Amino acid sequence: MTAITITGLHKAFRDTAVLRGLDLEIERGSLAAILGPSGSGKTTLLRVIAGLDRADRGQVSLAGEVVDNGRHFVRPERRRVGYVPQEASLFPHLTVEQNVGFGITRPARRGARVSGLLEMVGLGGLGGRYPHELSGGQQQRVALARALAIDPQLLLLDEPFSALDPSLRASVREEVRGILAATGITTLLVTHDQEEALSVADQVAVLRDGRVAQFGTPQQLYSDPIDVEMARFLGDANLVDGTVAGPVVQTPLGALMVRPSSRWAVPLSGAAVVLVRPEQIAISSAFGAGAPGRVLHSEFHGHDSVIEVASETPLLRGVIRVRIQGSAKLEPDARVTLSASGEAQAWPMPSA
Amino acid sequence: MPGVVRARRRIPRAVLIASCLVAVLLLLPLAFLLLEARQVGWTELSALLFRRVTATLLWNMVQLAVVVTALAAVIGTGAAWCVERSDLPGRRLLAMLLVLPLAIPDFVVAFGWVSVLPAVSGYGGAVLVMTAGLYPLVYLPVAASLRGADPSQEETARTLGLGPWRAFWHVTLRQTRPTILAGCLLVSLALLAEYGAFEILGYQTFTTEIFTEFQAAINAPAACALSLVVVLIGLVVLAGEGALRDRGRVARAAHNSSRAAPRHRLGRWRWPAVGALGSLIAVALGMPIGVIVYWMVRGGSSTLPQSASVANAAGHTVLYSAAAAAVATALAMPVALLAVRSPIRAVRLLERSTYIVQGLPGLVIALALVFFALHYLPFVYQTSGLLIGAYAILFFPLAYVAVRASVMQAPVALEEVARSLGRRPLAVRLRVTLPLIAPGLAAAFCLVFLSAVTELTATLILVPTGVQTLATQFWAFTGNVSYGAAAPYAAAMVAISVVPGILLGRWFDRRPTRSAELS
Repeated sequence: MTAITITGLHKAFRDTAVLRGLDLEIERGSLAAILGPSGSGKTTLLRVIAGLDRADRGQVSLAGEVVDNGRHFVRPERRRVGYVPQEASLFPHLTVEQNVGFGITRPARRGARVSGLLEMVGLGGLGGRYPHELSGGQQQRVALARALAIDPQLLLLDEPFSALDPSLRASVREEVRGILAATGITTLLVTHDQEEALSVADQVAVLRDGRVAQFGTPQQLYSDPIDVEMARFLGDANLVDGTVAGPVVQTPLGALMVRPSSRWAVPLSGAAVVLVRPEQIAISSAFGAGAPGRVLHSEFHGHDSVIEVASETPLLRGVIRVRIQGSAKLEPDARVTLSASGEAQAWPMPSA
Repeated sequence: MPGVVRARRRIPRAVLIASCLVAVLLLLPLAFLLLEARQVGWTELSALLFRRVTATLLWNMVQLAVVVTALAAVIGTGAAWCVERSDLPGRRLLAMLLVLPLAIPDFVVAFGWVSVLPAVSGYGGAVLVMTAGLYPLVYLPVAASLRGADPSQEETARTLGLGPWRAFWHVTLRQTRPTILAGCLLVSLALLAEYGAFEILGYQTFTTEIFTEFQAAINAPAACALSLVVVLIGLVVLAGEGALRDRGRVARAAHNSSRAAPRHRLGRWRWPAVGALGSLIAVALGMPIGVIVYWMVRGGSSTLPQSASVANAAGHTVLYSAAAAAVATALAMPVALLAVRSPIRAVRLLERSTYIVQGLPGLVIALALVFFALHYLPFVYQTSGLLIGAYAILFFPLAYVAVRASVMQAPVALEEVARSLGRRPLAVRLRVTLPLIAPGLAAAFCLVFLSAVTELTATLILVPTGVQTLATQFWAFTGNVSYGAAAPYAAAMVAISVVPGILLGRWFDRRPTRSAELS
């Protein structure tokens, strides 16, 4: 059973077409992310699902019920869709408790529901405060509790973490994910941060030109991007030239297996563009098989390091990024050899 | 950005139609004035305009406006800096007292001086009285701006090697310049519109001349010709301020960096500063109140029959002012909703057109309405409706400022969240929108009420026959040099306007809430 089914959704503002025939299907109980750059129509999509904007064309169904098909329209207050806008948008004149209890009936407000929700989002005891007395992360969690209070069939989160400090973002993200997993409510989260989408969601839909360009699990998207642009958008990507011969592609970094999923896309032989992720590349200071290069610099991230290497062979152009565990004891200008292994995505070389 | 696209939401038709009607209503006085001018004819108008008296009046206006505006700017800014940015002793009390002269009408201040020191008159008297009465128009916005300004800019200037004085001059003053200019605009417009104080001080300006022409001979053509000049000056001042404001935009610091600025030490200037502000308050506040009390204690009989007791006059004043406040607030509502929520070009133009009222003195609005009533609707002439209408038009800009700010306190996002939480539109308006904008509506009401209570000029012209308000009865007695009889009416006026004045002070002082930053 699907929680959301969207077919051929169109939405334009004046002359600007924002959504152009978007199709999307989200399974019940999953946490899906809508990923796209600013202006790609992510927020518009959420607003149409919530009923805050109307579709121009196409159809939106929630749990099998048509809520908008351009003529028939179910008003937002009838949809049972919890909506958490970007800035939390707590009612400033109400306390935390009153905010959370806003959407539920009076008897329900008196019960333990509100305090239970506040406990769940880790804000027990703060019910008497006003929104301006809370930190950004706390406000975000109140907004979440407020949306959960109406027992929604679907939860929509619009860039829920973008207003938070980077240091806070990861921890709030994890907490929210835990809460959502505990409730089991289908959730659609909008973000422009690919790392956030890949780390939080079960499924990711990448929006491009008003349509869903690719939809799949984070793993699928990361290893099987549909094209070069998508590969670049979803994480660090080294794009190298190669020659396909059967199931194997020869690159200056060594021979790699063409991923089964992309074999249909490339001819059985010929020039190809090959996606090699930084963690697929081994770096060694010994001279050996592989591509020679010179270290430009390395960024230490704690758990891993990214080393940028300038290629010293004409077969391999530009700078190659390599990710290794821990820290690297490589000074700039050190001579190294790069070699790749594993499976790789390949596309036919664009004829130019 | 999606947010930009989203801003173009549909404009509710009822709000749009209401706003257009309001704009038309506000432009009516100007239209009537032009209509009247057409009736008089150009030859007669030009004969009336190009007289020696016009030049004299113009010179009187300019020499007064330049000096008073400059003085008000210096005094208002200086006082604001002392209260907000220095370690001045007793600054909280001073902050309250410095605003209060706004609650005392300028004609009462003038009365205060002239009734005990008849030597205070003419140009010097006008400069003294008007500066004392109008400096809060600069002080209030500048103090608010200094409180909200980002102190890190001044601090950065200090780390870049500027001394405290130069940092103030080059950074702080520049930050607040648009605000100071806006205050100066208010001062000049108030000078242009003032009638009562100049009449008492015997200083001839456009308004006193127009009033004389109107009253003495009901010389409509002459009054009309001079009104045109006043309106023209008013509109030029408005346009100049608009141009300056567009040019002088200052990049605003993020609101959440609302760290309080550290206070400058005054050192040995401490007590001189206290003394200066103390004498300012003594002149602007102590003197008029003292004189009112003096005359009330001394009492005095009047040869003039008292046509309205204080209670009776106060009743009328409160009634008219409250009605006008309600009407003006209601008129401001649709325009503010439209301007804040549908900020498209056409709407902005409509909003701008309502600003024109700011350039029209109460006298001109009142005369235009008299003309209109006499020619087209004789039965509304001399009715309270016409007076309330004039107040509502005259004080619309005040109501609008407060209502607009309050509508910004209620971003659409909050209403949308409330809808998605299962609440119907009406419930959303009652439980979310109304509580958020209510304080602003109350402030709008208070602002208009306070101004209407102390309004004299339009009231003199439009008050129904046989009715006296506090202002008109006070005026009748002072005109007859019955100071003792006049004083209670002034006291009542001040007492009635002080309560909304204090409420207003609180509203302007409140900290911006988070929703305001997000809108």
